[in-house]
Order: sequence, then C-alpha cells, then structure tokens
Amino acid sequence: MTLTTKTIAELRDGFRGGEFSAREVAESFNAAVAGARALNAFTVETPEVALAAADAADAARGDGDYGALAGVPLGIKDLFATEGVDTTAGSKILKGFKPRYESTVSAKLKAAGAGMLGKLNMDEFAMGSSNETSAYGPVISPWKRNDGGNAALTPGGSSGGSAAAVAAGLAPGVTGTDTGGSIRQPAAFTGICGIKPTYGRCSRWGIVSFASSLDQAGPMAKTVRDCAILLEVMSGFDPKDSTSLDLPVPKYEAGLSGDLKGKRVGIPTEYRIDGVPAEVDALWDKGVEWLRDAGAEPVNISLPHSQYALPTYYIIAPAEASSNLARYDGVRYGLREIGEGGLDGMYAATRAAGFGEEVKRRIMIGTYVLSAGFYDAYFTKAQKVRTLIKRDFAEAFKACDFILTPTAPSAAFGIGEKMDDPLAMYLNDVFAVPASLAGLPAMSVPGGLDEQGLPLGLHLIGCELDEQGVLNAALAIEERAGFRARAEKWW
Amino acid sequence: MSVNIEQVRHIAKLARIAMSDAEVEALVPELNAIIGWVEQLAAVDTDGVEPLTAVIDLKLRLREDKVTDGNVRDAVLANAPEAEHGFFAVPKVIE
Repeated sequence: MTLTTKTIAELRDGFRGGEFSAREVAESFNAAVAGARALNAFTVETPEVALAAADAADAARGDGDYGALAGVPLGIKDLFATEGVDTTAGSKILKGFKPRYESTVSAKLKAAGAGMLGKLNMDEFAMGSSNETSAYGPVISPWKRNDGGNAALTPGGSSGGSAAAVAAGLAPGVTGTDTGGSIRQPAAFTGICGIKPTYGRCSRWGIVSFASSLDQAGPMAKTVRDCAILLEVMSGFDPKDSTSLDLPVPKYEAGLSGDLKGKRVGIPTEYRIDGVPAEVDALWDKGVEWLRDAGAEPVNISLPHSQYALPTYYIIAPAEASSNLARYDGVRYGLREIGEGGLDGMYAATRAAGFGEEVKRRIMIGTYVLSAGFYDAYFTKAQKVRTLIKRDFAEAFKACDFILTPTAPSAAFGIGEKMDDPLAMYLNDVFAVPASLAGLPAMSVPGGLDEQGLPLGLHLIGCELDEQGVLNAALAIEERAGFRARAEKWW
Repeated sequence: MSVNIEQVRHIAKLARIAMSDAEVEALVPELNAIIGWVEQLAAVDTDGVEPLTAVIDLKLRLREDKVTDGNVRDAVLANAPEAEHGFFAVPKVIE
C-alpha cells in the first residue's frame, strides 16, 4: 500500500473508513520527506508536528468528531508564519525567525485537522520564477528531460518547494502564494494543479508581505478535487486583514462538475505571442477542444492591454515591495549587522548583508519609481494601466464565462539558464500576471507533456469570486487530458 | 529616462542598502534595462483614466476602538536581535 501516491480525497476517505490510520499516513510522508533532501524542497522538516496532528486525528476518529482534513498532512510554504517554527521567506534576513503567532490560513488548515510536514523552500520573499533566488539554495525539480542527459531543472517559482513536494510525493497538498504567477507557473512546470483565488478570498494575515495589492494564498495539489478541498478550508473572512472579503465560502468540492453545457470559454487573441514553442499553442488548441467536448462554446475575445501587463506589474510589485520590506531594519527581528555610522549605518549594513541580489534589484526599482519626480511618470501611470487591464477583463466577461490560455510560455528550464537575464526570467509570467493585476481567480491544470517529456499547463481565468467556475472548467480538462505522468524517482 | 552612477547611489541611500562602488556600477545597466522596458507604458493612452487603488471594491471596515493585542510585550520582543529592559535596543543615536 503506497500512501504517498494517494490524493487528499483518498487519504481523507481512507482515514475515515478505517483503511489506514492517520499515523501511518504521516509516517509515510515523513519518510518520503527525509528521503528527498536532494530536491531541497523543504527549509525545515517538522515530522513531530505531523505525527502529533495524526495522533490527535486517530484519537478523534472513534467518536466521529474530527475536522475536514483529519488524517491529511500538508507542506506549508515558508512565507506563512508558523508559531514556533522557523519562517524565513527564503531570505537570510529572517534566518532563525520563529514567529509567536500562526498565519490565519495555516491556522485554518490546522484547525481542520491537517498536520504539517515542514516548511517549503521558495524564492526569496517570493521574488522569482525559478526558486533560484532562495538564500537556502535552489529547489531541484523531480522532473528530468527525456534526452538522456541529467540536467537539473527548476520547479518554477516562487512556490518551487511547494510544487516539487507535491510532484515528488512528499506531501499530498501544500500551500502556495501567488503575486504574479507564483502558484500557477510552478504548478505547470511540475505537472500538478494550483489555484489562486480572487484577491481577498484567503486572509493575508501572517503571510510575509511582498506586494500587498497582489499577494494571495492558494492551494497546490495533484488534482482539481484536492485543490477544491483545500481552498474551501483556506478561504474565509478574517477581521485581521483589512482586504479580506466578508462573504460566505462556497462548498467548492460539493459544487464540482465537469459539465460545461451553456458555458462560453473565451480565447484571447492577444495571448498568441511570438517566440512561444508550437507545442504550447498546440496544447492550448487541444484545451479548447476538451472544453468544447465538455459542452462549452469557444468564443474569441480581446484583452487589448495584455502586452502592458508585465511592465505594469514590474512597476507596481517592486514599488509595494520596497515599501513592505522597509521593515527589515535589524531592530525588531531577523538579522542585524552593526556596520559603521550609527543607526543609519546599521540599517544599511543589515539590509546589504540580509537581502539577495534579486530582492535588492526590486527594492531599488521600487524606490526609484516611488521617488520624488518619478512617482507620476511610473507609479501613477502603472496604476492607470492597471485600471485598463481590469476593464479589459470586465468587458471580456460580458461575452464569456471563463478564459483559457497557456499557463507559461515554455516548459521547465534548467537551473542557471535564465539567472543572468532578469527580463527573460520575468517573461515566464506573461500569461499569469494579467489575472493578478485584475485580482481574478485563476488556475493551472496539467494538459500534457512536451517533446522533452516535461509537463505543460493550461490556465483558466474566471470572473471575480467565481473560483467554482474555474475549478469546474479545470475539472473538465483534467477528465479529458488523462494526465497521469509522474516524475520517475531518481532522488 | 535612465539612471547614472550618482542616481543609483542615491537610490541605494534612500533604500538603506549599503553598496560598494562595484555593486553600484553593476546595477546601472541592469536598472536601465528594466526602466527602459517598463517605459513602454508611455505608449498607452491613459487620459481620463483613474489609477487603480483597490483591485476589489471594498469598503474599509472600522472596528471597535479597543486594544485587542495588548499584554504580549515579551512575545513582541522574542525575536529581537537585542532587547533590554523590555525595549528594542539599538546602537546609540544621541551622543
């Protein structure tokens, strides 16, 4: 009986039906985590935390009084504050930081009975698309190209540890966060599912801030159903987050249906861009056919400002980051370097020693676009273009119920291949960023393998608050794509 | 627009990040590449367009005016690089 290949739904139901104990499940995943250090997916392993939750679940099973995720251990991205357990955001500046509080999202998962296997490696402060900016080393994807070579590939980022852990069977599900594609692009690179809900669905309280008007938590797992199960628990109003939506959370799992009769799927013309491999476009066409087969009617739509989404994002996100990351000053938590020149010298020395190159680059860009004399030309301009991008979607949704695009412009690339060229790296999120700027729910679901044997994802974007529509369209694709490929174990 | 060495040094000062001359020099072309790239937004007609400040239409909530997180001084100080007598401690500011 291999427990680590099971889905969350199977683990939950098997635990409830007495097929296996929660402890057996936790022990299996703990062993898988300990045996996969070559992937560098975890920054901290917490086998004892997983076992304690499992024992509590087993004790509760007798009287039937257990939560929705009893018997299910999960991995938590290292951006979520976890009480008493190191929370570094992939940065040296937070090395050794042990929060005295728990993020709302991870607290909800724990309250539902889920155990924690450990904290998952990520790009530093979630700034990256390959997990190579982590101060704790890159995550190595469990996937290899089928060319007989042994090149180490990136799992994508910033939720790279999260994606690798699910793809390698180290956790049945994980939390991720998505500011401009950080759940969806790594999900696509590793052949798993991941959904970023509507901005405000999941509380941001206790999540280390990157760009607050864009940051959203979401689940990543092997199947659409598992994402629905996790999202239902993670979502909900939180008075501690001023942008939290005070709305009831739909029963996403019960609402799952791959029958899309009467639905219209929008295909945005502007997403056919130069330089994208033919395989990516071919899979997109296949996706349209799968949705048609499920009953949906394809319609061509236009999102005219799409080409401006990335440059808009690379003004707004660094601006917000430069402001958010001002808190790392060597006074209240994290690293302190004394330097020279009193208090100011301490700030500058601490930040020079604690931040990595990409984080410094983005703080510099953000500081520049917010500085006197440049604010209107860059920041205000970008916020105006953001209005136009959001308006494009509102117009498009008059003619369709959801939108289908590729998730990323390529399959996974090799470690080191794009680190010398920040702009080439930023292009990874060309299809993911517009939905982030508009605050819309969006999901990646595996569609197939490319010629190198690497996974490619399809991307669904829904109307505001319509996570259910996104999940259902993804389910229709999942049912037809028949994606069963898993990375062959080499680690 | 583009930045020169002096401006990059100034931005680093505003951002409170200590940088060597070599680091500043290396950042000049990198920042200019990014700045040049984001400047394509100048081509977008935004006359009469309001800047987006809230992505989802939300009314800011007010809560009751009472302390909800008090009496946790030691927890607040627990991760400080240096804490003394119930305060964060920093290098001497006033001689």
